[in-house]
Amino acid sequence: MGSVLQLFSEYNIPGAFWVNIQLTLWSALFSLILGVILVVMRISPISSMRVFGRTYVEFFQNMPLTIIMVFMVLGVFAQLKLSFSTVFSVNFFWLAVVGLSLYTAAFVCESLRSGINTVPLGQAEAARALGLSFIQSASEIILPQAFRGSVAPLGNTFIALLKNSTVAAAASVATESSSLMSEMIEYHANSIVAIFLIFALGYVILVLPIGALTTFLSNKLAVRR
Amino acid sequence: MAQTNESSLLFDQPGPKGRRTIRIANLIAAVIFALVILMILMRLHNPPDGENQLSWELWKPALDYEAWSDFYLPGLWLTIKASVLAVIGSVLFGFIFGIGRLLPNLILRTVSGVIVEFCRAVPVLMLMIFFWRWFAFSGVSEASYWAVVLGLILYNGSVVAELIRSGVGNLPNGQREASLALGLTRTQSLMQIEVPQAVYAMLPAAVTQLVVVLKDTALGSIIMYTDLLQESRRLGSMYFNILQTLVVAAVIYFLVCFLLSHFARWLPKKMQERTAAPADFVEPVAPLAIMDPSNVNQIAVAKEVDEDKYGGAPRQYHAHHRGSNASIKHWKKTRYIQGYDRTQPDTLVDPKSLDIPEFLKPSPPHKVKGGKGKKKGNGHSKGSSDTPDKES
Repeated sequence: MGSVLQLFSEYNIPGAFWVNIQLTLWSALFSLILGVILVVMRISPISSMRVFGRTYVEFFQNMPLTIIMVFMVLGVFAQLKLSFSTVFSVNFFWLAVVGLSLYTAAFVCESLRSGINTVPLGQAEAARALGLSFIQSASEIILPQAFRGSVAPLGNTFIALLKNSTVAAAASVATESSSLMSEMIEYHANSIVAIFLIFALGYVILVLPIGALTTFLSNKLAVRR
Repeated sequence: MAQTNESSLLFDQPGPKGRRTIRIANLIAAVIFALVILMILMRLHNPPDGENQLSWELWKPALDYEAWSDFYLPGLWLTIKASVLAVIGSVLFGFIFGIGRLLPNLILRTVSGVIVEFCRAVPVLMLMIFFWRWFAFSGVSEASYWAVVLGLILYNGSVVAELIRSGVGNLPNGQREASLALGLTRTQSLMQIEVPQAVYAMLPAAVTQLVVVLKDTALGSIIMYTDLLQESRRLGSMYFNILQTLVVAAVIYFLVCFLLSHFARWLPKKMQERTAAPADFVEPVAPLAIMDPSNVNQIAVAKEVDEDKYGGAPRQYHAHHRGSNASIKHWKKTRYIQGYDRTQPDTLVDPKSLDIPEFLKPSPPHKVKGGKGKKKGNGHSKGSSDTPDKES
């Protein structure tokens, strides 16, 4: 027990988790915006938009996140010289956020699309019969109901996002939890199991409430039909 | 083309004006797309204080024979090796703990539940790093390989376990009730009745999980597993063309995952083709019912005669006979004799005028003799009928 307390005093473990939570929150925000845009594209009457939306989703669903993260750092930053900040750690953080957002947006789009499938046909038909345009029927009728129907898949997507935020290690974000765990194990090889359990339990504590909240919200928000 | 089906709900079929608008929008989109591509190419061609990323000098070492034979293909082989082993292991893990979560024993159930929930919540990368360091310290050879495999097994195995659990949960209750009623124990019912059906239901989802496994093997490059990604990074750092080698690796990953995920989408359709119960068409089989030699449930038939009083098409066979296994020889004949088959007009008999065999007729008690009189009486009563002898 004493050694565990010593580990806590020696390393900033909550700080590492905070980095992951920040990564998750920013990526959740951006991927949600991008995902909504993508899903509107996928159901829009303009065929080129539909093709673009489908291609984007296919591409990112079949691409390992690790390679995207490595690409953000080694390709976009090192070769193309795109950077967000001159401070390295800040720059890598935002590169990781961009990578995570691009990747997660494809899954957000698919979750929302599964929510659209829960909206009965009559809703769309009634909207058309009332003379609403595509944008009006999508934003006033379909998407609000789709959001309520897709709480569960969206929650799963964001749990996956929280866990995927550890892959930011591949984008050289050295302060996040998996990098810190690796570093701690390197210097305290004797208490390797204790170190792993600290981090693993940290994720269990983070993930389980999100899962419970998702279940609660998906029951509460589901449109009773 | 499946796109048009789902999207056409939201907007009317565009008329000439709408089609023109869409054409213009497509044109604008194409121009924007071309501009973006051009901008990216310009950036690649002339990045600020960097070298031209489009020059063949950089692409050649990323694409030539040695790159494939020494880097990409060995890396791809290691990626596939790890993912195949991980898939096998995670199916085993999933079966053990998925079934464990359903067992009647409280302790086994709780332990499996805790293990599965734990493995689902912990990021795969953490599992991999932990096992990698642990195996390295305990002197296991190929520590990173086994760490990748074990990390993937634990995470994806817990997903498979959940698939099995939800598959069993989605079965109709009657399955378990019937097997319990047959005298099976709860465990027997689980193992012999419920899980086999659940496995069938979860197969498409499990194939989709294959894509996840393949994608997650790329995490191995973080723990120095020499998979496809790691190999392409090595090649890139040799010739300072990491952008190009990463693009090649990304294309390979994409192609393999794309093919796999399309296979996963195709599989349930194929299985549906093979296993779906036949649609409700009226099959031309003998109407059969166990222990019913006349083969007709008389009450049902009586109802059937009244059924189409609004002049619907007459039914050819009786619905309530389907699904039983009894056999009878002269089903066609007996069916006609009973006189309700309107599709065979020449067999149509008024049930009231049906011939009743001699010996079944109640003989009048006082006229014991006089066979002729009997025959005469028969003739009198049936005189008006136009189908005097059906039996002969």
